Amino acid sequence: MMRRILLGLALLAGIIAPTVVYPVLLMKVLCFAIFASAFNLLLGYTGLLSFGHAAFFGSAAYVAGYLVRDLAWPVWAALLASTFAAALLGWFVGLLAIRRQGIYFAMITLAMAQMVYFICLQVPQTGGEDGLQGVPRGTLAGLDLSNDLTLYYVILALTLLALALIYRTIHSPFGQVLKAIRENEPRAISLGYDVARYKLLAFVLSTGLAGLAGALKMLVFKFASLTDVHWHMSGEVVLMTILGGIGTVLGPIVGSSVIVVLEDQLADKVGSLVTVIMGGIFVVCVLLFRRGIVGEAATFYQRMLGHRK
Amino acid sequence: MTEIFGVPLLALPSQLVLGLVNGSFYALLSLGLAIIFGMLNIINFAHGAFYMMGAFASWMLLTYFGVGYFGALLLAPLLVGTVGIVIERLLLQRLYRLDHLYGLLLTFGLALIIEGLFRDQFGVSGETYEVPEILTGAIDLGFMALPKYRVWVIGVSTLVCLATWLTIEKTRLGSYLRAATENPQLTQAFGVNVPLMIMVTYAFGVGLAALAGVMAAPIFQVSPLMGSNLIIVVFAVVVIGGMGSILGAIVTGLMLGLIEGLAKVFYPEGSATVVFVIMAIVLILRPAGLFGREK
Repeated sequence: MMRRILLGLALLAGIIAPTVVYPVLLMKVLCFAIFASAFNLLLGYTGLLSFGHAAFFGSAAYVAGYLVRDLAWPVWAALLASTFAAALLGWFVGLLAIRRQGIYFAMITLAMAQMVYFICLQVPQTGGEDGLQGVPRGTLAGLDLSNDLTLYYVILALTLLALALIYRTIHSPFGQVLKAIRENEPRAISLGYDVARYKLLAFVLSTGLAGLAGALKMLVFKFASLTDVHWHMSGEVVLMTILGGIGTVLGPIVGSSVIVVLEDQLADKVGSLVTVIMGGIFVVCVLLFRRGIVGEAATFYQRMLGHRK
Repeated sequence: MTEIFGVPLLALPSQLVLGLVNGSFYALLSLGLAIIFGMLNIINFAHGAFYMMGAFASWMLLTYFGVGYFGALLLAPLLVGTVGIVIERLLLQRLYRLDHLYGLLLTFGLALIIEGLFRDQFGVSGETYEVPEILTGAIDLGFMALPKYRVWVIGVSTLVCLATWLTIEKTRLGSYLRAATENPQLTQAFGVNVPLMIMVTYAFGVGLAALAGVMAAPIFQVSPLMGSNLIIVVFAVVVIGGMGSILGAIVTGLMLGLIEGLAKVFYPEGSATVVFVIMAIVLILRPAGLFGREK
């Protein structure tokens, strides 16, 4: 019951938010909430640290931008196709990366993402250093997306769908197997699970959703650029997830909101020192704050309950 | 002009030499990464940042203190190594009991901080550093002009790498190091000061990166971003070679530099990605890496 009320309140907040806050900022928060939640499905629930998620986020942004602007595809088809493209790329990268574990997994995904970065830099369709600019937002199911508010509600709906999908995945038997792999991989193997297949499936799901996030972000800002595929972006999504709380449903949402708003506030004040601040948050999180905001709050709440008894 | 596969043959040797120069930087960096990983169980993402700091240290030594190239070759690794000691004592030390991934994340944060600070101070365009006078000019080999400085870089790197390998494999100090890598508790029980060794190892690995940075300064622009792009390629080199073997790290580094040089001649568009493609192929054929042991 408590849960339902909270969910209802969150939904209500989401609906009235654009009357208080600039919708473009909110949309950016939502896109990164999808991105970080998709990433958390891997790091938090399967125990795989991908350091190359920008590749899927960014390449889907490029694919969607190219389809909408240069091939004049309808928005729904471009969203679908770019999500699928990111999942396909994820399948390929995942197939390679799951051959190694732990630290190597992170390095392989980082290296493959750097390869995607160079490809995006060189392929003529992406516009090189300039990126894909001036992508029209078009219409979706008769709705004019060039209106910020309309696009906001479309993205809100898609975010809820994506988060529901992730929630269902985590709480399904499939999700339980993923957690078993995270906790003890040799044990999961000895129980007869085809661990490689589960990991790959989780990877593909995560990368596909990361792609959806990238494509939506492209729609919001009407361009795709090299920043979206750069390793800094991969680091950023890691940071959002850790700051919010690894392996919690709400953590990535909280983390992405904090980081996006922080960047928005700091961008014109401190210039290139933003990177230093992000790095500082990284260091503080790893040293003192490994459970993240949501994780720490949950622990605190549980301790309070314990006292009352 | 003689051609091979439609490519002028003259470009080949000079690109191969440049490839070897890059390869020696890969070797120095992946060697440092491998030693650090062996002792600390941490993948040092900040390695590229230390390489960049080495290059900047030599530039600053020259600009502010008038210390020349050869002085910098000695001083810069020491300075950067000291920074490494401070970082190890203050931060990394707290992570040894945790999952490897936290070390990667912490050093990633450090890399962002260092890179951001330098970018704030020096901008992105970078500074130039002249080749020292004795090493300017080229040796005429008849079929090509071999720049002296490149020979110097390849020579010094190979020497340092081999010396490191010999120290680890053949000396008493090296045997302590290998023992501490294998089983820290037991080594400590025999009276070896393992925490001190860990600290020295980190400083040494970081110093190697700085040394590579000093040598790179006259070849590339000294810029705040020079390290981060390199470190990702070095990660791929480490995945290809496997971190189990010191000699493997050196050989893989040099080899991939050469292959990159070849790619620049025959297929320039692919020169940025060739290392990653090779990594993918190695992962398919020999997942543990060329010199790695299958667990």
